[in-house]
Amino acid sequence: MLRGAAVRAALLRAVRGAPGRAGLGRAVPRAEEEEEEEEERQRGGRVPLYPGHIPTTPLQKALLAAGSACAALWDPYRHDMVAVLGETTGCLALPKLRDRMRNDPEGYRILQERPRIRLSTLDMARLGGLPDGTLGREYIRFLEDNKVSPDTRMPAKFVDDEELAYVIQRYREVHDLMHTLLGMPTNMLGEVVVKWFEAVQTGLPMCVLGAAFGPVRLNARKLQVLATELLPWAVRSGRNASCVLNVYYEQRWEQSVESLREEIGIFPPPAVCV
Amino acid sequence: MAPTCKRRVSGKALANGSVGVIYQVFENVAEKYDVMNDSMSLGIHRVWKDILVHKMNPSPGTLLVDVAGGTGDIAFRFLNYVRSVRERQLQQKLRHHQNLSWQEISKSYQEEKSNPLGDSQVVVCDINKEMLKAGKKRAQHLGYSEGLSWVLGNAEELPFDDDKFDVYTIAFGIRNVTRIDLALQEAYRVLKPGGRFLCLEFSHVSNPLLSRLYDLYSFQVIPVLGEVIAGDWKSYQYLVESIRRFPPQEELKAMIEDAGFLKVDYQNLNSGIVAIHSGFKL
Repeated sequence: MLRGAAVRAALLRAVRGAPGRAGLGRAVPRAEEEEEEEEERQRGGRVPLYPGHIPTTPLQKALLAAGSACAALWDPYRHDMVAVLGETTGCLALPKLRDRMRNDPEGYRILQERPRIRLSTLDMARLGGLPDGTLGREYIRFLEDNKVSPDTRMPAKFVDDEELAYVIQRYREVHDLMHTLLGMPTNMLGEVVVKWFEAVQTGLPMCVLGAAFGPVRLNARKLQVLATELLPWAVRSGRNASCVLNVYYEQRWEQSVESLREEIGIFPPPAVCV
Repeated sequence: MAPTCKRRVSGKALANGSVGVIYQVFENVAEKYDVMNDSMSLGIHRVWKDILVHKMNPSPGTLLVDVAGGTGDIAFRFLNYVRSVRERQLQQKLRHHQNLSWQEISKSYQEEKSNPLGDSQVVVCDINKEMLKAGKKRAQHLGYSEGLSWVLGNAEELPFDDDKFDVYTIAFGIRNVTRIDLALQEAYRVLKPGGRFLCLEFSHVSNPLLSRLYDLYSFQVIPVLGEVIAGDWKSYQYLVESIRRFPPQEELKAMIEDAGFLKVDYQNLNSGIVAIHSGFKL
């Protein structure tokens, strides 16, 4: 994917085509690169740190946080807005998450090796062929039942640290596995339950907001089920469980979901229809 | 439901030349173009466009070409204007005829119905298919059909004959043209002798305080609006930067004169945030 600076430079060169400005010393490429970097610095304050990074000033982050919160409330299907909200409000929670990962041997390995969960890296056929009850098989079943794909996750754009950008990316990609482990579908109720679990686990303000505002769109019956059975279980599990980002899921496809739940500390889900 | 996947401005497009890159920017923004215009300018862009058409003051029978007219804002305003002028003309005609018989009155109503625009026509020309598509949909939605045509074309090489149009407008489009001088030459070519060139475009604010506020708003707020409303930060960052790079009022005036236009002048709107340049082919 093309870096932002190069795209902008090309576009600016195009617009500068007016006759009076033709003689602005295009002969020296290095000077031009420096000029571009200078422009970048003037604009967002920094140079992009990873592919897809858009440097932003504190004011822009604040506006983005407010705007994306409104947009996500207005239209809960704007996943990109939920993602932006997470990135712009996670400046305190993300370093804490990263430190928890660093202090755990498996989490540390994940930070070093940077595995990504996407269709190109997963062997879908092999996972689908695993026995029922294993993480791999149940994950594939979840993807098929809910007609979702691991590739629809937004890449991080507004996180100003390359490692933290990976942490939030990992959190997003592991979200579907959370659904699998908690046994929750992707309807509104299921998403709210997963958000509560994630809020307790990660402390990300976006999860907290989603958990608090999500139930607004549920009807009375679902709210009752949520309040009496699902929420207490999700919160207890979230508190009891070790950090879910410290699990190298890609090496545990053959493990059974039950044993993985026990290992992490997630209590068995209540027997309600979600 | 995830938002429709927009093609990222890619390296391959870059290799094809800057026209391709700008094309993709507008392909991305076409859907949300009007919503974004309203949000970014707080609705004021509608006033700017109204002022442009009032300055044009077209009479019925005018043939207008609106270049880079994408979603039809100027075209629709033009049609509304000539329709109301025509109505007033017919009413005036009626008033001057005293003692009309019923037959004469019904004939004048028929005239109004059969020729409400008085043979005025507007051709909307845009290089971008998505923008034209959005414009056609809007026209259908708003009920515009007569006197309106949509043509795919490049401002630097218009698909029209010489000396064809009475008025040429380009509203917020000339900024995106790679060779502005070529676009101006084409404008000169397709206008009839006596024809008028009108350009509505972002320009330079000389007032230092307003300029600082304008910069702050442009660089801090507009890309955020682009991300929140259209899910596209980069295109709106490009927009803001292209405005800064565009020639200021006097320089654009000189370029228009170079193309052969006479009586070239400009009018600042909102202290120079926007300017209307006008010239005549004489």
